[in-house]
Amino acid sequence: MQVTLKIFRYNPEADKKFHYVTYTLEAEETDRILDLLEYVKGYHDGTLSFRRSCAHGVCGSDAMRINGRNMLACKVLVRDVGTTITVEPLLGLKVAKDLIVDMEPFFDNYKKVLPYFINDSPLPADGRERLQSPEQRARFDDTTKCILCAACTTSCPSYWASDDYLGPAALVAAHRFIYDSRDEAAAERMHIISETNGLARCHTIFNCTMACPRDIQITKAIGELKMTSLTGKLD
Amino acid sequence: MANVHQFEVVVVGAGGAGLMAGLYASRGAKTAVISKLYPTRSHTGAAQGGISAALGNYEEDKPEWHTYDTVKGSDYLGDQDAIEFMTNEAIDAVLELEHMGLPFDRTPEGKISQRPFGGHTNNETGKPVRRAAHAADRTGHMILQTLYQQCLKNKVNFFDEYQVLDFLITEGGKTAGVVAVELATGELHTFHAKAVIIATGGHGRIFEVTSNAYAYTGDGAAVLLRHGLPLEDMEFFQFHPTGIYKLGILITEGVRGEGGVLINGNGERFMPKYAPSVKDLASRDVVSRAIYTEIRAGHGVNGKNYVYLDVRPEAVNQYAATDGRTNPDGSPYTITGEQVLAKLPDIIDFCRVYLGVDPLTQLMPIQPTAHYTMGGIPTNKYGEVVIDSKNTPFPGLYAAGECACVSVHGANRLGTNSLLDLVVFGKHAGLKAAEYAKQAEYHNLPVDAEAGARSQFEALRNGSGKENAFTISTEMKKVMFEEVGIYRTGTIMESALDKILELKERFRHIHVTDTGKIFNTELLNAWELGNMLDVAELVTVCALNRTESRGGHSREDYPERDDHNWLKHTLAWKENGKVRIDYKPVVITKYQPKARVY
Repeated sequence: MQVTLKIFRYNPEADKKFHYVTYTLEAEETDRILDLLEYVKGYHDGTLSFRRSCAHGVCGSDAMRINGRNMLACKVLVRDVGTTITVEPLLGLKVAKDLIVDMEPFFDNYKKVLPYFINDSPLPADGRERLQSPEQRARFDDTTKCILCAACTTSCPSYWASDDYLGPAALVAAHRFIYDSRDEAAAERMHIISETNGLARCHTIFNCTMACPRDIQITKAIGELKMTSLTGKLD
Repeated sequence: MANVHQFEVVVVGAGGAGLMAGLYASRGAKTAVISKLYPTRSHTGAAQGGISAALGNYEEDKPEWHTYDTVKGSDYLGDQDAIEFMTNEAIDAVLELEHMGLPFDRTPEGKISQRPFGGHTNNETGKPVRRAAHAADRTGHMILQTLYQQCLKNKVNFFDEYQVLDFLITEGGKTAGVVAVELATGELHTFHAKAVIIATGGHGRIFEVTSNAYAYTGDGAAVLLRHGLPLEDMEFFQFHPTGIYKLGILITEGVRGEGGVLINGNGERFMPKYAPSVKDLASRDVVSRAIYTEIRAGHGVNGKNYVYLDVRPEAVNQYAATDGRTNPDGSPYTITGEQVLAKLPDIIDFCRVYLGVDPLTQLMPIQPTAHYTMGGIPTNKYGEVVIDSKNTPFPGLYAAGECACVSVHGANRLGTNSLLDLVVFGKHAGLKAAEYAKQAEYHNLPVDAEAGARSQFEALRNGSGKENAFTISTEMKKVMFEEVGIYRTGTIMESALDKILELKERFRHIHVTDTGKIFNTELLNAWELGNMLDVAELVTVCALNRTESRGGHSREDYPERDDHNWLKHTLAWKENGKVRIDYKPVVITKYQPKARVY
């Protein structure tokens, strides 16, 4: 089948402003959008730039807007979006070139929530694992799935309005540790995300949940954090 | 030279091995980790099923059994001292990950959960043993995230999206650093270092159907090869039995660990014919060959080159009953759809997204997929790069993870030993490099350190343009997959080698059209293609040279293992445009080679 692929183009070394270029390609309905981008780069215009690595939805490199919605280009097929396809960079982060955005502000926010395991108590005397019941492990399972692709944060109107908002991905990272029964820094993290640039900026719009390619229930996770911030309780 | 940085230790690559090396090196020396990707994009994150250690959390297990299984899995080409070292460190390595916060799945008592995997056995009964510690089917993701998080906690210095192009050596043959290009600006940067750790991953992208990331282009191996260093056992590449048909996306062996079975086009379960004892949980090379043998006999699905993997709960329960499989408490093994979904969520998701198939009610079409680089940069068990048949170390140079060849995997890697490899040897490479750096001096940089990197880029920009890089890449992948793949023969590989040499010549005539500096991904992809062509040539020459069948290397014209002539490692150099080959002995301690039956 024939598809029409309209791609956002911007080369800061040559262009004063962005524009769109439309390519017409032969494709199969099972082709990934990433396959189409590779084909355009290989045979139509080598300068087309985008990030990609694993090509099956687990590394988080190729989040972009496809027909207006944030998706991973490697995890959406032609049959999912139809034959008229528009591809644009994520919103809310500065475009560096074509479909590549500056990810630094995104990772900076992630780093603010102490996104690492903290437990300064002595290890079990036998040197073995810290015990955790399957139920305790299940409590934070959903938020361990995050691949930091930024699809959620850059779909959030509150983030568009103000990029000093930590954004959904950073809150997901906080959630992953706050509800881990082995971790000891929940209070510290709750303090950080309860500042004005944190939880209070979430207005329960659900864009993040819709955008997440890992199907993380992000709005629910943020809701749990809000509840903890109100009650002081972790369960 | 505007951009010169000085670090005692520089780690190239930020997957599991690079992060572990960075974490440990930075405790003893000023360290930087340089990666062409953001660290969390690294391919370690795609590993699914588990990391092996004889924790014995469900049933009896021992490091000795893990050692023997690994030796047998390697088809006796693995170095037994290194394997023993790794399996003895395995328990502490996995516990250390847990102590770093890694969210493993849990047993009812709250311990780390484990599952069966191909080739993991109780050596006394021959029955499968639960040795693979797991976090659903995203164990690699959890390892990558946890190690990156710990690096942030410990303030490791990162240079994200910097592609290392060249390795700097003094005239006296000592490590002086690396040169990298910063992708966001196109600027070259020189990293002056006492010690360099290469952790750049494998080269599965030389094959058409692969589970590997685009980033897996053999960069570290190719850079060292160009500097006259050898690579080891490059003929050995693992084809994983179960990739998604056509796409090659990995379907973890954990599916079979949970009871899934392989079914041919006639609806028959065929693995009992090939591996009567462990059946669908035989070693990967054995299962991949069995699938191809079925396909060649006309038993593919609809006459095509794929078969089915069946994890529908009612089928699993039926086969488990036939096999007499039991739970640790002795009760019959059964599984429900909900449990399959909980244990293998990503696999279910991949099948639904890419195939429109629901594995809970339908069969998954699969074919073997190029998966893992057993060969690579020769090292000893401390991660020191060694450069000849006497294992002479190269001062200040280290390698770890998939790019390295210790060799613990020999001719065929056991599932879950890759994650173990990168944690154990990443750690030791980091420790050794820091120890070396503390007593070493900075050696003078070459007068024009960036010259090598610059000239490589210039060549790619100045070609005539009569050839297209994408076409060359496509042709290389096709010939490597079809002619230097699961089954190999001399005459076919000779024509494959001619083709690769032709492609290398044509590669000189590509022309990078993007003249910009900012994120010039066309230039980088072209540079990576050059690496892949160099590696593909070496793989083919080494595969032609080894006239026996062993592990992942199956010669139809030499179908038997030949211990008399070939119980040895290959070393290959590129000298004056030709490949030179030498050998080194396999280290055998406890286990004399014997026939390999599953």
